[in-house]
Amino acid sequence: MRAVFALLLSFVLLVGCEQPEPPTDGSTPAMRRLSNEQYRNVITDVFGPHITVAGQADSLLRTEGLLALGAQTARITPSGFEKFYSMARSIAQQVVNEQNRSGQFQCEPASITEPDDSCAKQFFSDVGRLLYRRPPTTDELAIPVTAANDSAVSNGNFYAGIALGLAGMLTSPQFLFVIDTTEPDALGLSKWQLTSHAKAARLSFLLWNTTPNKMLLDAAEAGELDTQEGVDAHVDRMMASHRLEAGVRAFFTDFFRFEEFDTLEKDSIIYPAFSAQVIDDSKEQLLLTVLDLLMERKEDYRNLFTTKKTFLTGPLARVYRVPTSRPTGNAWEPYEFSQSDPRAGVLMQVGFAALASHPGRSSPTLRGMAIREAFLCQHIPSPPGDVDFSQFEDPESPDATAKDRLEAHSIEPACAGCHKIMDPIGLGLEQLDGSAQFRTTENETVIDASGELDGIPFEDGAGLGRVMSQNPATTACLANRLTEYALGRPLGAGDRNYMEYLEQKFADTGYRFPDLLRRIATSRALYAVSEPANNAGPLQGAATSATTLAIAESQP
Amino acid sequence: MSILLPRKPPRRQVLRGLLGGGVVSVGLPLLDCFLNDNGTALAATGSPLPVRFGTWYWGMGHTPYNAVAPKAQSGHGIVFLEETKALKPFEDQLNFFSGFGMPLDGRSNYTHFTGWVGNRTGTVPQKQGEIVSPTLDLLVADEIGNRTPFKTIDASSAGLAQENYSARNTESRAEAIISPVELYTRIFGADFVDPNANEFSPDPNIMLEKSVLSAFMEAHQRFISTLGAADRDRMDEYFTSIRQIENRLALQLQKPEPNEACLVPTKPSAPSSKKLTRVREMPNVIETHEVMAQLMAMAVACNQTHVFNLVFTDNFANVRRVGESYTHHLLTHMELIDSELGYQPLAFWFNERCSEAFATYLETLSSIREGDGTLLDNCLIFAASETNYAKLHTIDSIPVYLAGKAGGRMKTGMHIVGGGDPITRVGYTAMQIMGVPLRRWGTKSLQTSRPITEIMI
Repeated sequence: MRAVFALLLSFVLLVGCEQPEPPTDGSTPAMRRLSNEQYRNVITDVFGPHITVAGQADSLLRTEGLLALGAQTARITPSGFEKFYSMARSIAQQVVNEQNRSGQFQCEPASITEPDDSCAKQFFSDVGRLLYRRPPTTDELAIPVTAANDSAVSNGNFYAGIALGLAGMLTSPQFLFVIDTTEPDALGLSKWQLTSHAKAARLSFLLWNTTPNKMLLDAAEAGELDTQEGVDAHVDRMMASHRLEAGVRAFFTDFFRFEEFDTLEKDSIIYPAFSAQVIDDSKEQLLLTVLDLLMERKEDYRNLFTTKKTFLTGPLARVYRVPTSRPTGNAWEPYEFSQSDPRAGVLMQVGFAALASHPGRSSPTLRGMAIREAFLCQHIPSPPGDVDFSQFEDPESPDATAKDRLEAHSIEPACAGCHKIMDPIGLGLEQLDGSAQFRTTENETVIDASGELDGIPFEDGAGLGRVMSQNPATTACLANRLTEYALGRPLGAGDRNYMEYLEQKFADTGYRFPDLLRRIATSRALYAVSEPANNAGPLQGAATSATTLAIAESQP
Repeated sequence: MSILLPRKPPRRQVLRGLLGGGVVSVGLPLLDCFLNDNGTALAATGSPLPVRFGTWYWGMGHTPYNAVAPKAQSGHGIVFLEETKALKPFEDQLNFFSGFGMPLDGRSNYTHFTGWVGNRTGTVPQKQGEIVSPTLDLLVADEIGNRTPFKTIDASSAGLAQENYSARNTESRAEAIISPVELYTRIFGADFVDPNANEFSPDPNIMLEKSVLSAFMEAHQRFISTLGAADRDRMDEYFTSIRQIENRLALQLQKPEPNEACLVPTKPSAPSSKKLTRVREMPNVIETHEVMAQLMAMAVACNQTHVFNLVFTDNFANVRRVGESYTHHLLTHMELIDSELGYQPLAFWFNERCSEAFATYLETLSSIREGDGTLLDNCLIFAASETNYAKLHTIDSIPVYLAGKAGGRMKTGMHIVGGGDPITRVGYTAMQIMGVPLRRWGTKSLQTSRPITEIMI
């Protein structure tokens, strides 16, 4: 009885007392290359949706499970720079052309054949602040302003010089890389923290996947991001905005490894219904399901693996073989699979099951590996180099199911170690063929879709979803990935206490994704850094980033 | 004083002085880019035709005993068997290398990765995805690639941009162009200067553009100097990239020498949306490769680049036949060996197509007349796969071809037998022929300083 009372008392005390956020070692200051999506979002935000971005930059390298982590080591190759340069020239030309010009400039030169220092400076100051995520320095303004003036004199075209200057800004490292700048932590909670401008950038790319807007930059410059209350208020404001959707889409696009869709192909004879439209729609279906369940209905993240609710277009409905009121076109409509329908959860959606398959065949191994790596954050080693695979599979044996064929993996010691943690999971989805169409037989043999995940058995794909939803690694994986995505770096030993705290808070709030996102966005860990940028020297009383100093000293 | 005036201004001052003149046709002071990288020789009228370097890649190697007949020792004559019979007409224009080893020094064989990385960089990776040294094409490009608008051009008919086998390191791996339309636009787009055009009118905006770019670069250098060492290191290539654009702009101001071999091709038509979802069906891969081969050959003939990389199929051979469940790669593992034929017939079919595609490429290069010979005569093509026998992932005796005469610097028609020597001897020899000043190449057991003198002139 006494023990029960003590337990109740401790529960009451815990409820009434918010556990403080454990400190972390902080991130090493870094410079992260913009992703293609971020680049496009910034251009749209700064210049408007009518300015098109022609082409795209080199992809980031998926690192430690996330493309976002590849940004901190990404380099720009010559051919990669050429793409940036080509895009920049095209954007700059569009911005200054006669149709768009009036909406881009707050001023107008008296004559396009005469220099106009003031107008050029105003344009580049306004635009540069958004592109560089801080006010450009006097030096940084001088080059594009002079380009405009020189062009007016030499070529008789002020705007042609503006375009050259803008193209220069759009290919500068200050724009292409989000660069951490640091200062001592005023609250003394850690030695160093990001500067206000760097905080604004981190917040904006996390929540909206774009550059900080004027309001957020104003807040940064007014010191509002230097207090916890200020950060909380701006996070709440940004999370209440419709623009949060772009940030959530960006994270799950990375989390779900959507870049693999870019190279997805299915054999047109084996899977005639699998069109280019189906590929596009299957990506969007996953995202719409995520947005609806996590953000709109604010459900438990784990329900993503069991939900019957989704959205369909006509082409997708044909793959799912379900009726639709709009059989053609790509208009979306909500759809709920009946309780008797074997489909449930995102693992049984086309966007997952077809992606983790061969062009003409399903693959329990690929699906098992994708589940382990993407949703459970577990690494599967590369296969050994000296295995003769043909002993596992005879394509001339049409009466064998995948389960029969994969039995061979368990008798080959070199394979068994890894395959026993992949195949039994993926076999749960065997009732979905390589295009994710439902089937009950393979080669006229009834498919046995039973399997197990970490010792927990299931009978079919829906059962796999239920087991996934109860696996502790499922929620821990999301919390870890989202934190790494926000910090832009892999987690380390110094983050252990923070992650335990975060996972506990995630559980306490019923695994609600928005709560997890808000907690990370408002956490000190997001802005804590382990050392000053550029390793400039010992802790001092002022901002030590050379970048920051330069800004402070040369404000126009 | 204008900040756009450089601190070492003579050439740019000349340019700026002409800005008001509109259409001009002038002889400009010699630019660095018209000199070799040592600044010791001119690439001007009357000098020998340039020797170019290309790589060609196919995935999954050869079928043992069905591709090229083994030889006990090096010598003239290559016996092309069924799988490579398409190459027979080019026997006297290439060399074949077999029997060279890929010692791992205790490191793992990362399947379909270690082979090409070791062969092209001289260092086998310690972990999956790791590339620690530049690929040989970039070492060649550093030597000869600064005299053209593009230092290198990379394309792939396999439809996978990231599966390109040219890299400085893990994080700096160029993406290949996978669309023929994009490849055409890059080479022959708005910035292309036709050497055979009757009139030459440099755009005065180019002069200003170049000046602005230079001014930005100087500012960026000051900015980057404030960053930490690791980030500064990451930005090295960024500045190289800007200088390359500067070079290109400078070349656009210079009237190129007339060039009979340069015939601007017609722009390829955009593929249908249906075809875009089937780019890795073998007929489409072959068709894309043919178009890319022609564009690449003409890019070289027009001296838009002197270093060029073309991938036919990727290292995981994600290509397939219509109606077939498995890709080429999966067939090499899953398909049973036909007891009568002695090989995997479906995988063999793909291997044959790879040899045919290489023959097509060589035919395309040799169909362009250049000087007294052909474009191929003035090229050195390094063609290799990542494995010898894909079914078993073997990486010893990876098949390598060196094709072309390299401007008369390479003997051809030989089958060179490695006898277990490191495979880097082939790449090292190619680089020696191309004039790359390397005393040795590679690390650990792959390090070599011994070129294959039998093929060197």
